[in-house]
Amino acid sequence: MQEKTLTPELVLQINGVSKNFSGKNVLSDVSLQVKKGETVCLLGPSGCGKSTLLRCINWLEVPDAGSIHVAGVRMGVKDNGVVKMSDHDLSEMRSRIGMVFQSFALWPHLNVLDNVMLSPIHVQKRDKKTVREEALNVLQRVGLEEHCQQFPAKLSGGQKQRVGIARALAMKPQVLLLDEPTSALDPMLVGEVLSVIQSLALEQVTMVIVTHEMQFAKQVSNRVVFMDQGQVVESADPERFFNHPQTEKAQKFLSRFHGLGHPIH
Amino acid sequence: MNDFAIIWSHRDSVWVGLLNTLVLIVLSGAISIAVGLLLTPVLVGSHKMLAKMVQFYVDAMRCVPFLLFVYLIYFGLPSAGLRLSNWAAGALALVLYNSAYMAELLRGAWLELPASILDSGRSFGFTGWGLLRHIMVTPMLIRALPMIGNQLIQILKDSAFLTVIAVKELTHELNGIQSTYFIPFASFITALILYWIVCMVMEAMMGSFEQFAASRRP
Repeated sequence: MQEKTLTPELVLQINGVSKNFSGKNVLSDVSLQVKKGETVCLLGPSGCGKSTLLRCINWLEVPDAGSIHVAGVRMGVKDNGVVKMSDHDLSEMRSRIGMVFQSFALWPHLNVLDNVMLSPIHVQKRDKKTVREEALNVLQRVGLEEHCQQFPAKLSGGQKQRVGIARALAMKPQVLLLDEPTSALDPMLVGEVLSVIQSLALEQVTMVIVTHEMQFAKQVSNRVVFMDQGQVVESADPERFFNHPQTEKAQKFLSRFHGLGHPIH
Repeated sequence: MNDFAIIWSHRDSVWVGLLNTLVLIVLSGAISIAVGLLLTPVLVGSHKMLAKMVQFYVDAMRCVPFLLFVYLIYFGLPSAGLRLSNWAAGALALVLYNSAYMAELLRGAWLELPASILDSGRSFGFTGWGLLRHIMVTPMLIRALPMIGNQLIQILKDSAFLTVIAVKELTHELNGIQSTYFIPFASFITALILYWIVCMVMEAMMGSFEQFAASRRP
């Protein structure tokens, strides 16, 4: 794989990333680029490595080989100490990457507003007053400003995920990573989260979304990346991928989803 | 009922005893939770040598009867060069002994924290002590609340042992009265009732913490 030159509008540059888990190849030589303002959907069967790839981007998993650049800055590589990151650097890099989790992962001991404000205040060290204002704004954007004093335990799944999105947005990240944001939701609640994500896509928020919602992926992405068994098999715009899949694996995968997927409200 | 009248006439010393007991439990309770919170990260941490050392201390405290430990501290410290008052030695014994228990029960709470909370904590830039302080401590304490409550009641009961090194806590004072006037029944019943009242107050306090915890449970 050729090394691509780093250009400023490339928010994410993943080159030849591999990852093993106890001898098993979860990721093999994965390369991916995401431009500013793009929405990329990662699709593929369970176990194909898409969530692992996302977790490598913010260093929750450390790749065994390859490199990852976020906005031109390289994340450390665990390879005999070449460019190893300190806690401080890791913290800084991660605060530029917003992450939304399948299981919401809200902090249970904090109310909605505090969940959104915690990291901007304590990690990004921004002014409390400004952060509070911005937090209320972003909660309004996801439709939850009235719930700002509530605790996560009292919220529905859809509400929790919207808080999760608000919390990530409050960091003003350069890229938003969404790991199966609706997979844990009651089907009735999926729509409300998908509309929020769609509005973000329309506003040109740079996003990488791992999802099983095919209809949604078709509507919202600029590009679809299909993975299977740890490798990128196909990468194309949604029109071409869904209507004219080039590879046999992609065709086989899509045949399972024919007609399925949740519509957006 | 003459016996209770005698006790009533000595209510000043009973009061001193009760006060000392209360101060001892509040102080040693608070300090052992704090020390426990400092030890738990070491117990689960990656520094194997330190973790082993702390684990040894925890195991040692759990195997020693508290009464024996009180004697050890009281008679052992002077030979180590430390001259402490009886009260201070007693407080030290309570703290050293119960910090181990707190560390162990907090370790249990730590291991039960949902991995997703740690993932999101790290993803949002928290590391090391920051992660512990902002993301982990409160959920850990909430999770461990019933066990902490039990341990505090244990501290209350253990404080009675300090009478053997002449700390003027409740048991000591009432023991003094009973041996002076030969009124064991009245004295010990009084002690029992007072311990019971303190216990009820502690349980009520734990109840209100439980309210706080209920909506914030991990």
